[in-house]
This record gives sequence, C-alpha cells and structure tokens, in this order.
Amino acid sequence: MMTDKTEQTQVSFIQRLFSSSDPFRPAPGSMIISYIFLGLWSFVVLFPLYWVVVTAFKLPIDVNVGPRFLPYGDYEPSTHAWNYLLAESGNLVTRPYINTMTVAIWSSIFALIIGAAASYALNRFTYRPKIGLIMTFLACILLAILLIVVAKLHWIIAVVLALSIYFLLAFTIGRRFERSMGNDDIAFWIISQRMLPPVAVIIPIYVLFQRLGLLNTHAALIITYTAVNIPLVIWFMRDYFSGIPIELEESAFIDGANRYQTLIKIVLPLSVPGLVATFLIVLVFAWNEYVLALFLSGADTQTMPLLVAAQNATRGPQWWNISVLVMLMVAPIIILAIILERFIARGLLIGAVKG
Amino acid sequence: MQVAPDTHGKPKRPKQKNITLEERIRGWTDASNVLLMPAILIILFLSVFPLIVSLFASFARIRFVPGGFEINYVGLANFKKIFFGSEQRRFLGRIEDPTIFGWVLFFAFLAFMLVMLLNHIRSERANPFSTMMRVITIIIATALAYLAVATLTPESGLPGTLVVTLIFVFIGVTLQYLLGLGLAMMLTQNLPGKRIFRVMFLLPMMITPVGIGFLFRMIVDTQKGPFADIWYNIGLANFSFVATPWGARTAIIIGDTWQWTPFMFIILLAALEGIPREIFEAAMVDGANRLSMFRHIIMPQVIPVSTTVILIRLIESFKIIDLPNVLTYGGPGTATESVSLHAYSLWRALDLGTSAALAYALLFVVTFIALAFVNIIRRRLLELI
Repeated sequence: MMTDKTEQTQVSFIQRLFSSSDPFRPAPGSMIISYIFLGLWSFVVLFPLYWVVVTAFKLPIDVNVGPRFLPYGDYEPSTHAWNYLLAESGNLVTRPYINTMTVAIWSSIFALIIGAAASYALNRFTYRPKIGLIMTFLACILLAILLIVVAKLHWIIAVVLALSIYFLLAFTIGRRFERSMGNDDIAFWIISQRMLPPVAVIIPIYVLFQRLGLLNTHAALIITYTAVNIPLVIWFMRDYFSGIPIELEESAFIDGANRYQTLIKIVLPLSVPGLVATFLIVLVFAWNEYVLALFLSGADTQTMPLLVAAQNATRGPQWWNISVLVMLMVAPIIILAIILERFIARGLLIGAVKG
Repeated sequence: MQVAPDTHGKPKRPKQKNITLEERIRGWTDASNVLLMPAILIILFLSVFPLIVSLFASFARIRFVPGGFEINYVGLANFKKIFFGSEQRRFLGRIEDPTIFGWVLFFAFLAFMLVMLLNHIRSERANPFSTMMRVITIIIATALAYLAVATLTPESGLPGTLVVTLIFVFIGVTLQYLLGLGLAMMLTQNLPGKRIFRVMFLLPMMITPVGIGFLFRMIVDTQKGPFADIWYNIGLANFSFVATPWGARTAIIIGDTWQWTPFMFIILLAALEGIPREIFEAAMVDGANRLSMFRHIIMPQVIPVSTTVILIRLIESFKIIDLPNVLTYGGPGTATESVSLHAYSLWRALDLGTSAALAYALLFVVTFIALAFVNIIRRRLLELI
C-alpha cells in the first residue's frame, strides 16, 4: 500500500487524465471520451427525427432534387403537405387518428383494470388449481372442437355437450386429483402468453369475431389489445403490489373493511405511480400496434399505423405526406415520454428484475 | 382464503370436507376469484383456445364459402408443404452444399456443442433426463446451424424466411445489447447533462415501427436521402440499399437496433444505478481496481437483468413483421421476409391451413430458443457470478 502511494505522486499527465478517486466522478479524459460517444449516439437518435420534421415542411420538388437540410437556408418551408392531409382530404387522417385514440385508450384502461386486479390477487391469495382438472378442461375443449369439425355438429350443441361432460367429471372424479399448481405457475403461464406470435392465434380470433359480427368494429380491436396487454400489466404490477406492506391491509380488516374496500381505499392510492407507469407502457404498445390491426380492422376502423403503412403510392412514396403522418403519430407519445420518463424507466426495471 | 401466500414450506391444508353446492357457489363469488378470473378467461378465450384451434387448422384445408367456411382434414399435408413441398424454398431457402468455409463454421459449432455436452455429462448435476434434453437441444440447434450455412455460404444458396428471421434476431439483439450496455455504463458516471441524455435516448422506443420503417427508407436512400452527397462521393450514387439482399437486411437491422437499443439501455441503466454507492466506495478503500470492481460488483448486478432483457428481446424479435413489411416489403425477392410476414402473405392468399402450420413452426422455434436460453445459457451465466 505504501509503495502505491509513492508511485501515485509521480504519475504522468496522461495517467492523471484517466484516473480519478471517485468511481462516480469521472476523470477529465474519460469524461471527454464519454461525451464523444454520447454525442454520437444522440446524433444517431435525433437525426432521423430531425429529418422527419424537416421533410414534413418540404414541397415535393424540394424532396426530389436531393438533400436539403436547413429550412429557410436550403429551401422555403411550406405547409403544403399539412394542408393536403388535414384540410383538403376530408377525414383521411382524422378518422384513423380518432380510431387509434379510442382503441389505444380503452384497451389500455381495460387491460390495466383486469391485469392489476389479477396481479393483486396473485399476490395476496393462494391459489391451488388442480392439474388434473385443467387437463380435463382442455380435453373437453378439444372434444368440442373435434365434434364441430369432424362430426359437423352445431357449435352451440358441441360446446354445451363438452361443458356438461366437464362438469360431470369435475364434480365426480375431480376431487380425487391431488397434484396442484401454485401462484407462480399461474403468473408464469399468463406472462408466457407474450411468447405467442400473433400470426399463430389470429386466424381463430378472426373467425370468432366474424361469427360474433364484431369484425370491423372498435370492439374487436379493443378486446384483442386488452388480451395482448394483460400479461404485460400482470408482469409489471406483480412486484409493485408485493412491495406494498400487507400490515396496512390487515389493520383495515380489523377496522371492519371488506376485501374490496381495502383494495380501493388502501391499496389503489398507494400503487398510483406503478399504475401510471404501466398504463403508459401499455398505451404505447397499443398506440403503435400494427399486426393485429392489419388482420382485424377494416375501412371504418383503420388505425394510424395502417394509414402510415398504406402511404406507398404507385408513383413512389410521398415522403412529405409520410413525414407529416409520422409526426402526428409520434408527437403525443413523445411528449408523454418526456414528461413521464422516470415513471417509465422504473416500471420497466421492476418488470425486468423480478420477472 | 388466506391472506399473504405462504412461501416457505408447503402449508398443511385441513382434509377437505364435503362442500355443499351452496358453499361452492359462494366460493366462486369470493374476492380471490372475482379479481383473477377475468384475466384468466380473457386469456383462455383469446390466446389458449385460438392456439388449440390454430393447431387444428394447421392440419386442415380451410376454404371460405358463401355463408361460412369449409374445413377438410388433410393430416400433415400443410407441414409437408412448408418443409418439403411448394413452400420449402420460401421457408427454408435453397439448400446447397456448404462451401469449405461453411463446413468449418458448422463443425466449429458442432464441436462447441459437443464439448458443452461432455462438460455437462461429467458434472455432478447430470442425470439421464437433463442429458437427454441436452442431446435433443443439440440436434435441433445443429439442424438450424446446418440450414444457415447451407443457405448462406454457397453462391447458389438462398436463405429462406426462417434463416432471415434468425439473422434479424441474433444480429439485432446482440447489437442492441452491446450498445445499450455501453450507453448505460457511460451514463452511470456523474456527467453533467445526464438527464437530457436519458430522455433523448428513450425516444426511439416510443415511435411506431411502421414509422421507423419509412424513416430508415428515407435515410438510406442514396439519391434523395440526407447522405446523398456522401454516397455520391464514394461512388455509390446508383446503389440502392433496399434493392440488394444484404443491403436491405442491413437497413432492417439498423432500424430495429435504433428502435430497441433504448429498451436495453433504460433497464440496464436502472439496474446499474440500483447498486449502492457505498459498495464502490468500500471497494476503492480496499484498493480494488476498475477491472475487479467490474467483475465483483457490477457483473453480479448486471448479469441477471441482462439475461432477462435479452430473453424478452429474443422472444419479441422473432415476431418481427412491421419493419420488413414497410421498409422493403420483404424484398428484394424474399431476402428480408420474416416468418411472420410469410405467414401473413399466405393468409392473404387465403391459404389459412399453411399459414397456421407456418405459425406453429415459428412458435416451435421461439419456444425452443427461449427454453435453450433459459436452461443452458442463463443458468451458465448465473453460475458465473
């Protein structure tokens, strides 16, 4: 140790540039290098966004002659594209915009309510579903599908038949099953639904909505997005709830409150930050969703991602219009993200560390 | 109903008495069921049942007829079609004999796998079941590796949608992780202006993938894009990224990396900032150097989080469809077509059975890679710390 001390007094300028006594306060040299890299990445992040903003105010001629970077310097900005999309073309943009908002906000609210309730329940109650009963249930569903497809029974008859067989079995031999699963198994099962590629489930969902007459309505998209987002909500909220001390609820019980009163009066106010973060993350996913909308929406329920994707005219992409649409889509989300950045970061971390 | 799950030891339950129907019905309206059941039911109806029906659809030929549809059971014909029949070339690619370089890569991979297997067999944890699972894993992984070298290395080979998806996933996730970790490490320092960088770096994640597709089509345009002068000066003015297979794939990987590096970054940054400062100060006092601090303080904190974020991105990347669909339409040819996009175009052609079979093939690959990652790589990494 002593020899180290003496050596340290004779370090060269270069060494002093790159060594510091506090690991959190960087030395000047490494600070400069950090800034260079951070600056580079900032450029990578911001330049495409800048380019969108610049292009949105260009006339077609300004785009086609080659790169023009600075408004007023390189070219005269014009609101040509904005005019065309927002004023001249009727509800070309407003309708998808309202569709997207309706679908994203409602589905996020539903996903948050259902998912938060489920993750609270998974935290505070003990579930012991029996494996045997689940297997019986799945077998009955398979039976129903077989009856519909192979025996060509009407689907209501088949489902009623399968369900009655299930209840018959469940009430008679059901209680003999001993092996059961725990809460973690249920949570893992729910979260693992995120693994499904949408194309693997979309055909039956499409047929289901067609049968129910919901195709080309907002309801179809809202229901599907809710289902897709529930696993995310459960995953993020699970550990948020486990961080809320249970003693508070116990004392509320002693004071005579029931389950639902405790939930609304004690637990909900405490979990607002987590709920806000989760809501935002889910909202972004629903706002940007493309694949499911591609399958399930029609002319009346077209969402913004579909409208943007459809901007490929036969005469080549019209960058000025596309830029305006992308700006319109991205602006509200970016404003939300800037205001609530800390919430989002924390929400994501909680999910990742414990998930 | 118990308050607070009992996590240590199995709770002894009293022997179940005969429950009357009335009690049973009251049990169903209990808070524990009211709160959990909606989520379970929605997932059952919108992912589990559709998955079962899809499995059935993959064994059938479905035709839309007036007033409904007609389903004919065709057995394994759909799977035969994608693995051996008319869709084989699109799904698996044009398979030729690998070049010598390809064989070298392939055997290096195989040797690595076999060494891992031998290590496992010699370790104490080995039992017949785990060894068998590893052998199965190695067989599937080797088959995928052979498919990759046989379609990518020979001149006449052509990668199918499966290999293209694997390229997107592995290169994309690696880049995103390395960039995200590097940026996060830099921002754990006390730099002035840290908060601005954090907010700025988060932005790409919020932008719709469809928009990103167009954004990067604009950026990589060599004639009207912002870097047109640079392309002109290095003699690439007539080169088009989206018209050459590897150029198009590069554009998609860049777009995907641009979007998802923030996800890795923000989580790794939060994990790094979760390390108490006192530990570092104590380590400094004890004379630890930077390398040993990284090894003994940062790595134990970062590795568990890293494996989780990598797993999430692995799973999500396999679903990639919007970026190729907008940026390149899967082209040129099928050079950037992902499996999801392939399944979508089959659906468009009303070949629902084959589309379902393809979706199942994708689901199998995703599950396989996720399980292999969790059980082999993740466990290995967690043992390191």
